[in-house]
Amino acid sequence: MRFVIDGMTIEAQAGDTILTACRRAGYYIPHLCFHGDLPAQGNCRLCLVESKGRLLPSCLTKVTDGMEVASATEQLHTLRLRLTQMLFVEGNHICPSCEASGNCMLQALGYRLGLLDNHYPQFFPRRPLDASHPQMILDFNRCIQCQLCVRASDQLDQKHAFVVAGRGGEAHITASSSNGQLGSTSFAATDHAAGICPVGVFLGKGVGYVTPIGERRYDRADIAQAGDRNA
Amino acid sequence: MTEGSSLETAERGGLRRVVIDPVTRVEGHGKVTILVDEANRIHQVRLHIVEFRGFERFVEGRPYTELPVLVQRLCGICPVSHHVAAGKAVDILGGAGPLPPETEAIRRLMHIGQILQSHATHFFHLASPDLLFGMDAAAQERDFFHVMDRRREVARDGIALRRFGQAVIAAVSGKRIHGTCAIPGGVNRGIAAQERQCLLAAIPEMLERAQEGIEVFRTCYAADLQRNRAFGTVPGNVLSLVQGDGTLEFYDGVLRARAPDGAMVFDGQPAAAYRQRITEAVKPWSYMKFPFLHELGQEQGWYRVGPLARLVNCERLGTPLADAQRCAFLEQEGRFVQSLLATHWARLIEVLHATELIGDLLDDEAIEQPRQAEMGPWRQDAVSIVEAPRGTLIHQYGMNSDGLINAANLIVSTTNNNQAMNEAIRRVAQDELDGHVLTEPLLNHVETAIRAYDPCLSCATHALGQMPLIITLQDGAGHTLDAIMRDHDGQIVHA
Ligand code: SF4
Ligand code: NI
Repeated sequence: MRFVIDGMTIEAQAGDTILTACRRAGYYIPHLCFHGDLPAQGNCRLCLVESKGRLLPSCLTKVTDGMEVASATEQLHTLRLRLTQMLFVEGNHICPSCEASGNCMLQALGYRLGLLDNHYPQFFPRRPLDASHPQMILDFNRCIQCQLCVRASDQLDQKHAFVVAGRGGEAHITASSSNGQLGSTSFAATDHAAGICPVGVFLGKGVGYVTPIGERRYDRADIAQAGDRNA
Repeated sequence: MTEGSSLETAERGGLRRVVIDPVTRVEGHGKVTILVDEANRIHQVRLHIVEFRGFERFVEGRPYTELPVLVQRLCGICPVSHHVAAGKAVDILGGAGPLPPETEAIRRLMHIGQILQSHATHFFHLASPDLLFGMDAAAQERDFFHVMDRRREVARDGIALRRFGQAVIAAVSGKRIHGTCAIPGGVNRGIAAQERQCLLAAIPEMLERAQEGIEVFRTCYAADLQRNRAFGTVPGNVLSLVQGDGTLEFYDGVLRARAPDGAMVFDGQPAAAYRQRITEAVKPWSYMKFPFLHELGQEQGWYRVGPLARLVNCERLGTPLADAQRCAFLEQEGRFVQSLLATHWARLIEVLHATELIGDLLDDEAIEQPRQAEMGPWRQDAVSIVEAPRGTLIHQYGMNSDGLINAANLIVSTTNNNQAMNEAIRRVAQDELDGHVLTEPLLNHVETAIRAYDPCLSCATHALGQMPLIITLQDGAGHTLDAIMRDHDGQIVHA
């Protein structure tokens, strides 16, 4: 089975989504909430592509033989830029002092898309840190609600350590325990969930900046070449 | 009690006030108020510095490991000094044992690189025009472009030394500004062999340039010796770090304070003792605190920090060329010299000393492969003190059992020098304000006095760059009678 994206012909296997087929072929489509070990959820919308005049999330759309898809268009570029800007203003992303700087998929995407300003007004939400766990601190200021940690803890770790609490604009990720604290769950720093966050929410306690800023994954190469930080 | 202090407490009613306002490019700024009566006698002189006070709030609740990176945003001129001070604090909080020698050497290298870079900028780029062309030269001529034009060799020394300091910082931290280096119990990279050799090769040239700098200053200073010695000078106590044997120390050490005549107020005090030795007074008219030596009391206990304080406070610098210069300096100016402008002389001797220290620190290939310290249990409280370019810099933090910062107190060099700067400005105003006219020379001289301590009050206000001034003459009711200001191009504008 074959399909065409941005004029390139790509080989696909039965059951492939556009994103999986492209990833296997080494063709980059921006994404934040997708991880190869977990079923796609289509939360972040960054992987939207266009086919027959319709916008489709490539992580959820199955390839059909001979379909024609566009990803590298001006319109999609602007759309992705705006989505990324929304993610920046909805949280508190202070890149200069963030431990994940240079290693963060959101920041790397900002670089790739040429993000130079916020475009939207900042929300400045109040999001407390959860430092209750002996090995890990959660800094939800940086959470983009991709729900990868929720899914990884549920499906890969079988622990259900995280949940989405609240609704609509109030929705947020929290530890799944009676007091809402990570220290009261069975989460361990070696869990899949601990290493899957695309941004800098999960911080090792007592460590930081071990790799100098400037020598990190996305300092050296664009995210399209450098790959996902959580791969 | 000094004459100046009595002036500061003058009543306000019916008096006119002169306001000198150094406006910096960001929100923080300083302002000088001079209150005169009908007969134009000075009744009160105050330096107001609008200090940025948000920092404590900013770090509260953050993981302690972030401190060395967070504090770099505190100052446009000495980010590395804050980084190094916070680095020592996170060693303590993180339970680190002693740093391996090569690891401490890397921390020191970065720190001394900052001293060199900041001192070179401070003297050559910002202060040298005052001295080379005279304090009374037109403001438009007193800038670095004119130094490049008329004293090319001096400008070249300044540019080269500053660049060298920057190169040292970059070699250690990976970036010229805002690199990361210090992590709990160590550093995150060694120095590449090639960079080490490259920097080492430049040392002889830098030593020569540093010595030329001292000669240039000495000549300028001697040209009007009496006036230069007296300018803005008010005797005060001195505070700095020294090693146990009294050798000057920039990175770590014990606190020593002396009275103006050199008598020891205290010595050998560990960093944590600053809480007993230094009290931070608050005055209703200033955002910035007024620290004083506790045992001498608030009236007598104000002190000065920085290059001159360090040089007279210590017994020796510990490197041969700089020690020879220090001896010659103290022989000529007195063992406990107090002259305000001699601060620049001391600064240039420290430039030479820093260059020698950098040479020594680089001359060890172990710094290419630094090790980490052994880590033990966390500690909840840390006091860390370093000598930053403009003087003693104190960081204190408290941490909760989850590893989050819950308290912070910083005393930056500018705050340590707060009263000293006030005294210097009072001296200048008393000597030079003649009557009811706001003159450019007065504005110039106030600026020159502040600049002996601080090029732009950057550490306190988080600004970087020039210090344009506004002088406003006000009556007791706050009405503006006259105003002149210097804009960013150095032009004098009558409002
Ligand atoms: S914490 Fe990280 S992984 Fe979890 S939802 Fe937020 S951004 Fe995604
Ligand atoms: Ni500073």
